[in-house]
Amino acid sequence: MVENNRWGNFFAHVILILGVAIVVFPVYVAIIASTHPPGTFVRGVMPLWPGTNAWENYTTAITEGRSRAGTPPIGGMMWNSFIMAMAITIGKLSISIISAFAIVYFRFPGRIFFFWIIFLTLMLPVEVRIVPTFQVVADFGMLNSFAGLSIPLIASATATFLFRQFFMTVPEELMEAARVDGAGPMKFFKDILLPLSITNIAALFVIMFIYGWNQYLWPLLITTDPDYYTIVMGIQRMVTGGDSEPLWHLVMATVVLAALPPVLVILFMQRLFVKGLTETEK
Amino acid sequence: MQTKRMTFSRSWLPYALLAPQVIITLIFFIWPSFQALRQSVYRQGDAFGIRPPQFVWFQNFQALFADPLYLNSLKVTAVFAIGTTLLSMSVALLFAVMVNRMIRSRDTYTTFLVWPYAIAPAIAGVLWWFIFNPSIGIMPYMLDMVGYNWNHRRDGNDAMIMVIIASAWRQISYNFLFFLAGLAAIPQSLIEAAAIDGASRMKRFWTIVFPLLSPITFFLLVINIVYAMFDTFGVIHATTEGGPAQATNILVYKVYRDGFVNLNFGSSAAQSVVLMGIVIVLTVIQFRYIERRVNY
Repeated sequence: MVENNRWGNFFAHVILILGVAIVVFPVYVAIIASTHPPGTFVRGVMPLWPGTNAWENYTTAITEGRSRAGTPPIGGMMWNSFIMAMAITIGKLSISIISAFAIVYFRFPGRIFFFWIIFLTLMLPVEVRIVPTFQVVADFGMLNSFAGLSIPLIASATATFLFRQFFMTVPEELMEAARVDGAGPMKFFKDILLPLSITNIAALFVIMFIYGWNQYLWPLLITTDPDYYTIVMGIQRMVTGGDSEPLWHLVMATVVLAALPPVLVILFMQRLFVKGLTETEK
Repeated sequence: MQTKRMTFSRSWLPYALLAPQVIITLIFFIWPSFQALRQSVYRQGDAFGIRPPQFVWFQNFQALFADPLYLNSLKVTAVFAIGTTLLSMSVALLFAVMVNRMIRSRDTYTTFLVWPYAIAPAIAGVLWWFIFNPSIGIMPYMLDMVGYNWNHRRDGNDAMIMVIIASAWRQISYNFLFFLAGLAAIPQSLIEAAAIDGASRMKRFWTIVFPLLSPITFFLLVINIVYAMFDTFGVIHATTEGGPAQATNILVYKVYRDGFVNLNFGSSAAQSVVLMGIVIVLTVIQFRYIERRVNY
């Protein structure tokens, strides 16, 4: 820095520590609430120090859920979320890497046309065409299935673009060398391009996993069978199911469990996450 | 559009490689959008098939823009999107400027500030809903001490403030990362030169740093408006459900309600078409900006 301002730095630390405290606060409250017995939430203000009921709350949430209100156990919902997130992630990555390969490494009639078809998906998020998309999925008989949960979401213009950008920076000589050595396109793809793309794939994996895990509207529409509920949408059933106040201790245990996998992914793969985030959006 | 100088030539292979992506796009993106366009100019038939669907030109749109509920929803969405964007961007900029001063603690603060991005909007909504719960939440308790009676179940403004905070909260992380990257890219020599000329810290920020950040600020503005308009469905649906008295009934929530709860497909389709128009405009703005920035 230009000048060394001791008070300025102190002030900045104060602001940041307060800021971090405010950012962390909602999750802190959730963790605290999930350790209290149900009676705590009947009256008074919510607690700010841990209670003693953590083990019981979490085992109830994971194995029983709130069966009377039609919410299945959290364990099953987390598994569903995991399958859905993985299917979306792997699906998106594989179809977009091969289409980017086709667009960059081949010249064929209709190339620009296909590029624009893929590009259009950017402009049409699920939210703006809910009813007709639902009808299409219903016509295919994909309601209440993992195929229905994941396939409509795996087309991705952003991933295709990112791979295209990356392939454009791969030196021409690599392909020429591969051709001189008699390698066909698929061999070149598998043995040269794929290993080179591994960091990009990993960075996108982190972003896509979070995207897939956090899906809300889509599972809400196409699952009516509790066996296919995902955890993020299941929380809404826990909050509104039944006429009384929500069972806060169970809701908050569920919130913590639902947030845990993506948060862990970000914390452990922060570098890849930042790379994925800043590169996909540009 | 460019390719490589030298390309593979196979007649069928590129089509086969593109097929999965294109087929999914056609079935689940293009076709439903086309359907929405079609339904938006029809009045739906009744369930018994006595009255078939009828072509009504733009009546659905006329009805839509004459409907006070829809106009209200447009206004609510504007307030919500602007509020969310300004709140999350200004807080993120403040954090980024502060963290950018740090050397040793930079990574620690960054780690603490990025993870809320992992939390789904619906979950963020539930978290803040709990904090603002009128009977047991801590915020109403504290507000009560300064004489404010918080109740988002009855007061539309309270409900709006709550959903804005919940939506802006997780977006702070995102904006923070982009602002931090932008700040790190500003040449230190410019700031030193200004300091030698005697510009104060505040003056340096507003006359040098902030203008140099403007491309990123503009980019984030578009991204955040898109986020607030389309990705916050979960926040509304899991907490206020558009209430009280339509005060938080944003456009995406209204499309869902009218289509799936009220089963008014014509109106829902017309609303979808309006939303598509909005996304297309925003995407075009975003891409024009990217082109401009590439030319720098």
